[in-house]
Amino acid sequence: MSEPAGVLGIRFDKIDKRYGGLYALRRVSLEIAKGECVALVGRNGSGKTTLLRIAARLARPTSGTVTFVGGPAGDDSRVTPVGFVAHATMLYDELSAEENLLLFGRLLGVPEVSLRVAELLRETGLYDRRASMLRTFSRGMRQRVAVVRALLHRPSVLLLDEPATGLDSVSVEWLARTLRQLRDSGCTILMSLHSESEISALATRAVRLDAGAVAGDSATAGSVGAILSWSVAG
Amino acid sequence: MSLVSNATVLLGKELRTEFRSRELLTTTVVFILMVVVLFSFTFDTSSGESRKFAPGLLWLAFLFAASLMLQPCFLREQNNDTLSVLRLSVSDPFAIFLAKLAANTLFLLFTELLMLPVFSIFFNVPVGGVVPQLVLVFFLGSLGISVAGTALSAISAQARMRELMLPILLLPLLTPVLIASAEATAALLDPAHAFRKDWVAFLAIFDVVFLTALWLFGEYLLEE
Amino acid sequence: MAKRAIWGAVVVLLVMVSGYANFFVAPTERSMGEIQRIFYLHAASGWAGMTAFFVCFVANIFYVLGRKQKWDWIGVSAAEVGLAFTTVLLITGPIWAHPVWGIWWTWDARLTSTFILWMLYIAYLLLRGMVEEPDRRALLSAIFGIFAFIDVPLVFGAIRWWRTQHPQPVIMGGPGSGLEPTMRKVFFFSVLAMHALMVLLLSERYRLEKTREEFLEVQREAEVG
Repeated sequence: MSEPAGVLGIRFDKIDKRYGGLYALRRVSLEIAKGECVALVGRNGSGKTTLLRIAARLARPTSGTVTFVGGPAGDDSRVTPVGFVAHATMLYDELSAEENLLLFGRLLGVPEVSLRVAELLRETGLYDRRASMLRTFSRGMRQRVAVVRALLHRPSVLLLDEPATGLDSVSVEWLARTLRQLRDSGCTILMSLHSESEISALATRAVRLDAGAVAGDSATAGSVGAILSWSVAG
Repeated sequence: MSLVSNATVLLGKELRTEFRSRELLTTTVVFILMVVVLFSFTFDTSSGESRKFAPGLLWLAFLFAASLMLQPCFLREQNNDTLSVLRLSVSDPFAIFLAKLAANTLFLLFTELLMLPVFSIFFNVPVGGVVPQLVLVFFLGSLGISVAGTALSAISAQARMRELMLPILLLPLLTPVLIASAEATAALLDPAHAFRKDWVAFLAIFDVVFLTALWLFGEYLLEE
Repeated sequence: MAKRAIWGAVVVLLVMVSGYANFFVAPTERSMGEIQRIFYLHAASGWAGMTAFFVCFVANIFYVLGRKQKWDWIGVSAAEVGLAFTTVLLITGPIWAHPVWGIWWTWDARLTSTFILWMLYIAYLLLRGMVEEPDRRALLSAIFGIFAFIDVPLVFGAIRWWRTQHPQPVIMGGPGSGLEPTMRKVFFFSVLAMHALMVLLLSERYRLEKTREEFLEVQREAEVG
């Protein structure tokens, strides 16, 4: 289950998510094809985070289904082949970078995990700091470790929730480079953004959410640029 | 990865984190010590009365300590949203509970065994000759406390007034553990050194029942 | 509406008849005298309370599995009604005990276990008060409710077993123990009446909860829209 069989697409089918009488998402249906790099935009509270967490199977929709398309039959596995990067680092401050990565790598069943961790740390330039406690890292460095964490098991779907928030420009550049490589190698990417940047420039498609519903989709009408700039102004 | 291997890896992390800071263990030991000392003011410790009250008070102290020690269990997973990444990484969410309850049982057992000689001295209750049986009783009792406590900790972490809610939810639920453990301990410390199989079996039953309940319903506690 | 009124009237009638039977039909108990009559209310309330808690347990399970709001509403209604009847049991206990045995409270097995039961469901209601989001509140309290109910036999068992090792003079006697035939009939009628009352209160409370939650939902939707 930790080795993805191939690149996957995501299908959201009439997703409702209710939090105590308020609908965070209303009848959202969206089909994301394999290998697309989708920018999800919208105001705060429009439902972007909720949609991503539902895709990650962290949140359960009130009604509707989310499925990974094109995967091995019977995709009901709990360990979905996704990588998830959020605003929170989802890492333990009291462990070192290496310990964090080895922990999650082992849980996911990544083969030859020590080698994989070392390789990824070297690629991100953090190998020398691998034994330092995560709490000593800057925000930018922590986010790099978080991205590495998300990529440990070579996921075919990557979900990112406002990953560039609070990052310095060097880290943003690094993130953009990393995402471009992943996109070009065929990974399906769904990322929520709240402003235009080098990251949003990577998108091959843009979807806008407003009050929990799809309000614009470059696949059906308009261009990626139009949808992105529209939301920045609004 | 299987449930057992996931749980083992997570247990390793829980233990490593605690051994580095030792904050849970030290504060719990000090708390139990304080409660035991305060209890000692409430009756005459030199008389034969001691043997009657002391085991019950000891277990009460363990229960109070546990209801405090179990607070951070799920609360600390709210920092940096690590609970989410755990849920994403394990094949069965029960692994998270299994690891935490195993860690909590070990922590409780450790503090209890540390307190045993102190207790023996304070209340003039010799414990020689029955230590293995006492360890068994302490283990089964602590397991019961941990299973219920870990589950309830996941609940109270999502409620307001959580520092008070956990004891309010936990203490009535653990009444059977208090009774069975205190009785079994008292019988062992009594001059007759009786090993009460009935109470020990009762503790084991409690542990199995709640472990099963946690296995059945635990994943819903972590849902969003 | 008429159906509700008729049902309500029937229940009130049952309770009144039962009360009459308790005082005038049942013979006076030999050793305890008139005060013993409170037993009919005491024990029957206890049984009605337990049934209500069982209903709560079943509702909790249905909610966890199906997530339909009505099960949550049934659960909280059953818990509150169960608590009310259990409170009656806990209050009538001392009222009975004091004139007969000279003490207000006795830590006998049943009373003690019932007290713990009472505290568990108080905790259930407190928990509900501490979680704002309705779906979360329903799920968390349902799971705690399940844990609490499976604990009940363990609580009763432990306390009873403990009492056999540390016996106290038996003072309150079990229901049906040493009841002569007329008394037994009056007792069962009392149990019936209390259960009828329990069902009535539960359904009224459910109605109230349903109406309130539906109103709040409409209010929230209006605020957003």
